[in-house]
Amino acid sequence: MSWFKRVKEGITTSTEDKKAVPDGLWHKCPRCKKAILASDHQANCYVCPSCKYHDKVGSAEYFEILFDDGICEELFAGIKPTDPLTFSDTKDYKSRLAESQKKSGLTDALRAATGNVDGMPLVVACMDFNFIGGSMGSVMGEKIARAIDYGREHKIPVMVISKSGGARMMEAAFSLMQMAKTSAKLALLAKDGIPYISLLTDPTTGGVTASFAMLGDFNIAEPEALIGFAGPRVIRETIGKDLPKGFQSSEFLLEHGFVDFITPRTELKSKLGQLLRLLANKPKESEQAS
Amino acid sequence: MTTYFDFEKSIQELDEQLQKAKQLAEKSKIDLAPTIKDLEEKILLEKKKIYGNLTGWQRVQISRHADRPYALDYIEHCFTDFIEQHGDRNVKDDKAIVGGLARLGNQSVMVIGHQKGRNTKQRQFRNFGMPNPEGYRKALRLMKLAEKFNIPIVTLIDTPGASPGLEAEERGQGEAIAKNLLEMSVLKVPVICVVIGEGASGGALGIGVGDKVLMLENTWYSVISPESCSSILWRSWDHKAKAAEALKLTATDMLQNGLIDGIIAEPLGGAHNNPEEMYATMKETLTQQIEELKKFGSEDLINKRIEKFSGMGAFEEV
Repeated sequence: MSWFKRVKEGITTSTEDKKAVPDGLWHKCPRCKKAILASDHQANCYVCPSCKYHDKVGSAEYFEILFDDGICEELFAGIKPTDPLTFSDTKDYKSRLAESQKKSGLTDALRAATGNVDGMPLVVACMDFNFIGGSMGSVMGEKIARAIDYGREHKIPVMVISKSGGARMMEAAFSLMQMAKTSAKLALLAKDGIPYISLLTDPTTGGVTASFAMLGDFNIAEPEALIGFAGPRVIRETIGKDLPKGFQSSEFLLEHGFVDFITPRTELKSKLGQLLRLLANKPKESEQAS
Repeated sequence: MTTYFDFEKSIQELDEQLQKAKQLAEKSKIDLAPTIKDLEEKILLEKKKIYGNLTGWQRVQISRHADRPYALDYIEHCFTDFIEQHGDRNVKDDKAIVGGLARLGNQSVMVIGHQKGRNTKQRQFRNFGMPNPEGYRKALRLMKLAEKFNIPIVTLIDTPGASPGLEAEERGQGEAIAKNLLEMSVLKVPVICVVIGEGASGGALGIGVGDKVLMLENTWYSVISPESCSSILWRSWDHKAKAAEALKLTATDMLQNGLIDGIIAEPLGGAHNNPEEMYATMKETLTQQIEELKKFGSEDLINKRIEKFSGMGAFEEV
């Protein structure tokens, strides 16, 4: 009858013995449930030290992790979404936008910034999954296009950090055409010989995968991210079978040849620095042979 | 046997009356010519009324009509000397995308299109017009070949979407489509894309980046099918008609939003009602467009193409 026994002692703690903990001081890993100090979690790039779970974080966190001393200049922040089709499903798109903007404090699902990463200049466009699932609408497409233009103009490499369910249905064909638009811009970047890095994080699917996310000179993935064209649910329904374990994971993509390498977020910045210096044929100052 | 849509019920009834009148006239030798003429006029009027006022969902239905001309039908009737080329030179030959060199009037062209099937067996053979990565890679191979020999490219779009499946993911469906978007935007030869049926999302766009993107009158082009849109946003398939309206997926909407370059008129009652007329219009349009585009140098073409797609989007800037 052991399964009736209380295994977790925590439940038996009496109320007066419970410690009052200020909100946000602790972080509980959504996967292994271990709690660590929120500040430690942050210092570890929002990766669980026990199970290596990479927490879903947004542009603010990535900019803080990547840019030297967290210093960067945000680009094209004045570009804001509209409702070109007066789209309405169970809710109208306008109020969906307003709600998401209020909740997230963001204007849309992507922010672009430029600064130094490990001493090397880089333009970074990063998605925010908490804004309508990181979906790609006109704003995302336009900001990525301009980030690429910025990179071409200033001869700075460009990186896009993807974390998205795909195209934004509420902008329908406008969203679809962002795939063509961003890919065309990448063709120009390639012509200018400026590096483009695509960082694939959990999750990256749909129209994002079928355009700029797969077009990196370097496709880099965070560990155990879901990356695919069709969503797992759609595939399961189509083939009528359960999907094999690890299907559409970063490791699966690496195995099938679509990702250059996987890097944990904790090593991302140094890896990028290394990569950018190799591309620029420029050794690290501290390592320069005397 | 003609297949009628729900919204064509009045046409069906008149058609039946017309058949009966014709039969009766033949059997009884009574002069029914005035009645027949009257009925034919009524049918024409009714068709004009219905087809002059189609909803988005009705056009989606027409775009999927099993008697509609498919890519190979256009290839057979608008082009000559077609030599089908198979395979992506890597994995296999995808049957959902066909292509090869052909002649349009006096002009050699590379024609590539999604291909659907008409009966169950054909549909399975063509995977319902849903390409795998090797289909997109075959298409790209043929486009690069055309570029090499300075031959204009025509693509015919008609797909319910790129195939979602284990093998498609293993072989990089996303990468295959993405690569085509990038490469097509810098092709040095004229590229004309025509949506001839369904234009579903990335699966359609994967052969859809061109100098001129045209849609037949009764086709649709969007980021998702109305059914899938309904199931995601309304959590049921019942709202597909509403979803079709919301997505603004008709040729008229797409042109209005500046996302395509033109509309090709269909015969009254849809392309399947008079394929010969459709082929003639298609041939004429393509010939005209190619002549027009041949005037531009490759750099000009590429710049204009990229500029066009770069301008697509709706946002405000403060």
